[in-house]
Parts: sequence; structure tokens; C-alpha cells
Amino acid sequence: MATTEQFRALFDPRGIVVAGVSTHPGKFGFVALHNILTNGYAGGIFATNRDASPILGVDSVPSIDDLPEGVADLVFVCTPAATNADVLRSAAAKGITAAFLASAGFSESGDDGRLAQDALVALAEQLGMLIVGPNGQGVVSTPSSMCAQIVAPYPPRGRIGVASQSGNFVSSFMNYACASGVGISRAVSAGNAAMVGVTDFLRYFADDPETDVALAYVEGINDGRAFFRDVSEVAERMPVVLVKGGATAGGQRAAASHTGSLASDNRVFDGMCRQAGVLRARTIEEAFDVAATFATQPMPTGRRVAVVTTAGGWGVVTADAISGTDLELLSMPDDLIRELDAELSPRWSGSNPIDLAGSETKDTIPAVLEIVTRHADIDAVVLLGMGIQSNQARMETEGSFYPEWGLERIAGFHNRQDERYVTVAAQLGSTYGKPVLVATELAVTSPDNAAVRGTMQSGKLCYPSSNRAINALSRLWERAQWQQRRAH
Amino acid sequence: MPDPDLTLSSRTLSEAESKALLARFGLPLLDERLAADPNEAAAMATEIGYPVVAKLHGVNIAHKTERGLVRLGLSDATAVRQAAKELFAAARESDGFVEVLVAPMVRGNRELIAGVANDPQFGMTVMVGIGGIFAEALGDVAIRLVPITRVDAEEMIGDLQTQALLGAYRGEPAVDRERLVDVLMGLSAAVLASLDVMSVDLNPLIVVDGIPIAVDALVEVRN
Repeated sequence: MATTEQFRALFDPRGIVVAGVSTHPGKFGFVALHNILTNGYAGGIFATNRDASPILGVDSVPSIDDLPEGVADLVFVCTPAATNADVLRSAAAKGITAAFLASAGFSESGDDGRLAQDALVALAEQLGMLIVGPNGQGVVSTPSSMCAQIVAPYPPRGRIGVASQSGNFVSSFMNYACASGVGISRAVSAGNAAMVGVTDFLRYFADDPETDVALAYVEGINDGRAFFRDVSEVAERMPVVLVKGGATAGGQRAAASHTGSLASDNRVFDGMCRQAGVLRARTIEEAFDVAATFATQPMPTGRRVAVVTTAGGWGVVTADAISGTDLELLSMPDDLIRELDAELSPRWSGSNPIDLAGSETKDTIPAVLEIVTRHADIDAVVLLGMGIQSNQARMETEGSFYPEWGLERIAGFHNRQDERYVTVAAQLGSTYGKPVLVATELAVTSPDNAAVRGTMQSGKLCYPSSNRAINALSRLWERAQWQQRRAH
Repeated sequence: MPDPDLTLSSRTLSEAESKALLARFGLPLLDERLAADPNEAAAMATEIGYPVVAKLHGVNIAHKTERGLVRLGLSDATAVRQAAKELFAAARESDGFVEVLVAPMVRGNRELIAGVANDPQFGMTVMVGIGGIFAEALGDVAIRLVPITRVDAEEMIGDLQTQALLGAYRGEPAVDRERLVDVLMGLSAAVLASLDVMSVDLNPLIVVDGIPIAVDALVEVRN
């Protein structure tokens, strides 16, 4: 069993040795060193290379034996499988307590590989060393500015901890993090999970002060009861969002050849997640939406949602989306209607969704948001129609009349207003401790839009559609209910 | 780890044995009797009250309905005697020792299913679902790992998609969720109490005035 100290050595090492660095920019050994060097890691960086060639400005040495003792906690191993045992022995002798093995050629390649892998685990246990992998993609830890992996990207710093049986979904989640601005604390691919698997990382995340929500991808599970026990313990303390690959018969065949594990009845897995308090997501994008919402929004204390929109159609489909969940489209109390009447022209909808119907003036939206968010009957707010004016501003800015005819002034005004609205939305959410979600397709179609940028700058996810916002909110409510029912 | 020989090393209890085992865990079963001959069947039916159901019963009989060994809605002693005579006559040598099981005839428009099964990865599980003729097509079931809490059981019922069938429906009251929770808790307790229980099928659970009643039950035990 891996210790907390070993996980610290993995995620926050004093120094890293990349074993098996290549001078060829197409090789893993080169890419790993490159990625560590270019993303701001502040600890010591060391490299081993057969020929001791200098690579990317690092003076490599032929062997870890040639390095001083006590300068590194982590070795990132890119050497061929057959040499890994020697690398571990040399690393342990220098005080290194964690190894990430990118090397392939172990259990994924057949019986001989499995035997070699088992022998490596036995050796690591004897040496008091944690090994992650083999056949893994890498480990990322933003508090240490560490990008120790053989692929891009490097995500912004944030509160989501990612653990995956498949390295490519670590990349997928981090790509979403880069695009949305909602960041990652730690991310790790378990590879063959010879010594530690996804649940071991989740357990570490539960204690990690840098992580607020765990996001996991799993395909096969060897010991179902142990998995249930582990995720139950983590989910009691932290939201766990999980995607299970191989949920269908076709997917199960693919998973068996991918990770060599048995599959179970999808409905059993579903029930196990509900029982453990794990939020199972159907897709990778849903999983990221939900994890990002846990990471950036307060937990709802009730189911009643207010929808604030600048135009009608968006509100209507959002009301439809709410009715397909456990959330409730609040029917507006009289005092709230009176307060809004005082703020809005008679054109507004007079009901929820609160459709402003173009009746707003300069300070209307912040005022309406304040009235709605602070109301005791409202547990969450969804804000739609932000960024329309900035989108027009963009057309004007790019058009041939700009900056004459007052276009410069009006475009600047619209950009500032949209940014202000979404900033106020985020602030009100913090002030009143309620989720306030901004949804617009501009998040995808025009990511440089002022409303989208403003939402990102406020640290929130800008949802690409209201149904995705509602779904994410409903999953927060699902967890809130799960906790409420079990509160003693 | 799953035992590949599991199916070989198990046996299915008779309906009466199954129900006797489950009755210890408070599962909602009917007042049923086993009769050795048609006259005894009629006498028992009179004690139970009409209408009744009669089934041929024996340790080796599993597929009663398929073999036409279930007679429903028998409304007097003559009908019971006649039905029992036919059931005894339908017995095959391979059925071994047989009796006729007499039970009250209960009516309800809604059927549920519940049970226990052994999952190869997660071990013993408890299940509830929508029953009846469309059960397999709907596949509307919720599963949890044994043991469950009452909160788990309540959530299982809440997870079923066809919630409209659990509310007041066609003149019948809503399904009593507390009683259904009791059924699921009883199944979980039965597994915990006996390592030998490998599967339980309560199919159907007929909803009678809102109360789920197990009119058929099969328990599979480890040898």
C-alpha cells in the first residue's frame, strides 16, 4: 500500500530525474523532459542518457548513479522495460521514493510482460518506492507547475483531481480545462496500475488540500467490493465524478482487450455508484461539466431554479431541460414579481423564466440578478443571453465602418457591459452561496466574446448550452440530496 | 473472484421451501397450504377463503406456468377438487414427490419484481423492478449491493423510471413505499443471514391495494 509521503513525492517532488532521455524529438524521453522544462517546474531537473549528451540545455548523465543523493523525489522512466529494475535500484539509492513508468512491454503485452511487471512491483515494495504505471502517460501537478508526461496539454491550476485508467482521457479532461479555464490540481494516468490504481489516487485526493473534486475514468475493475468500499469512503468526503468505459456489450469487448479486465452488468455498476454516492457521467464531456461545476459553484441547498434570460426562446428550452430533472422551475412568489416589476418595463415575462424581453437599460441586469439571487425561495440561477451585444460589437469592430459612426464607443460599451454582467453573476453566487450558471453557445462559437472571457476570468465554467448547465446543476443537486438523506 | 462452478454447485428450493426461508425475513407472503390429495386441497381452500389458486408443487418443478400447472380463480370446493385432480394427473415421473399448493387468489393491476443475484464482480446484489408482461422489454430495474440501508432501498424505488406506475393508478392506491422498502430490506437481510442464498426471485410481487405481495418465490442455494 502506497503511503501519503510517496504520493507527495509523486505530485510535489523536490526534483525530477527523467531516465532515458533521447536526443530525438520524436521519442518519449525527449518529450517528457521538454514538457517538464517548458511549464515552469521550479524543482531540480535531471536527465539520464546513454551517451550523456546535453539535451534541451540539461547536462544528462549516463546513470542515476552519477547524480547526487537527495536532490530528487521522482524518477520519470522512459527506458526500455528490461532496464527498469536497475533504474529503480539506482533511484532508491539516491533517496527517490516515487517512479512514474512510461515504459511499455509489461502486462499489456502478454504473460512474460506480466511476470516482469510483478517482479518490478515486488522490487519496488522492497525498495520502499511507489511505482505508477507502467505503460502510463504521465503525471501533472499544477501546484508544483509539473507537467511530467509524454503528451500535451498542461492545464491551468484548479481544484479538480483527475485519475484515469486511460491516459488519453487524462488528456481529454485537461484539454477541456485549457479551453474552459476551469483548472486541474493533479492528473495522473494509472497505466497498467501495477502497484496503485485509480482508487488509490482518489483516496489521496480526498486528503489533498489542493483538490476539491475527483474526476475518474475506469474501464475494468478487478475487485468490485474493494472498489465500492474505496469510492464510498472518498465520496463521503469529496464529490467523485466517474465515467465507466465498456458500459455496453460492444464497449466491454474493447475494454477487455484494452485493459485486460472483466466487465460487469451496467445496471449493477449504476446502482453501485448511486449507493456509494459516486456521480456516474455518461460521457467525457458531461463528466468534465459536472466536475467543473463542483469545483467552481457552491452546493445547492434546494431544487428551485430561476432562469434569467434576455430573450424568450432560450428560457423556454431551459424550462424544458429543468422539467427532465429533479430540479424545479420555481413558480414566482408575488413579492419577487413586485420587486422585478419595479425594476423592469411591463414587457418582461412576469414569470419564470424571467424573460427581460429586451426591456433592460444600462444597470438592469445586475439589479435583476441581485433581486433574484438573494431571494430566499431561489436555490440556483441560470443566466442566458449574455454576450449577444458583444457579438454585435465584434461584427462592428471587424466591419468596414469601424471606428467611425460611434462604433468604437458602442462596441467598447457592449464588451464592458457583458463582462460586467457575468462578473456580477459570479460575485452574487459567492455572496449568497448559491450556484449561478452562465450558459451561451458563444462559449464554443466565439470563445473570445467578452461574456465568455468574463465568465472564465471570474473562475466559472461558461456552459456551451443551457441543457448542459441544467444537467450539471442537477448532478450537484443529486449529491446534495444523497448527503441530506444520509445526514444524521 | 467468481466461481466458475457456481451454477453446478447450487440447487433451487421448491416454492414452499423458498417461501418458508423468506418468511423468516418478514417478506410479504400469502397464507398457503400444501395438500396431498384433491379433497384435502378443497378443505384447505375453504379454510383460506375463496377464490384460490392451485399449483402443482414439488422440489423438481420449476416452470409451472409453461407446463400449465397453475390454476387461477377457483371459486368453490368443487372447482378446487377438479383442478387438483387434473394437476396430480399432469405430474410426470421426473417430478418426484408432488403436492398441490393452495393459496389465496390476489388481484392487482400492477406487478413488480424483486430479487437477489450474485454479480461476478460485485458479489451479492438486491434488485427491484417493474414486473408484468412488459418487464423484460422495459428493463426498468434498480440494483444495489448487499447490504443495503433503508435510504438505499428508498433510492432504488425512486430510481425506477416508471414512477407513474408507483403512484395512484387506475383506481388503485399508490404503492406503499415503506412496505416495498421492507421487502428489499428483507432480501438483503436474508443474504446476510445465510451465506448459502445465491439468488432469490420474487416474481411477481402483485400490488394489492398498494401493498406488494410475493405470490411466487424461488430461492437458489449453494449446495
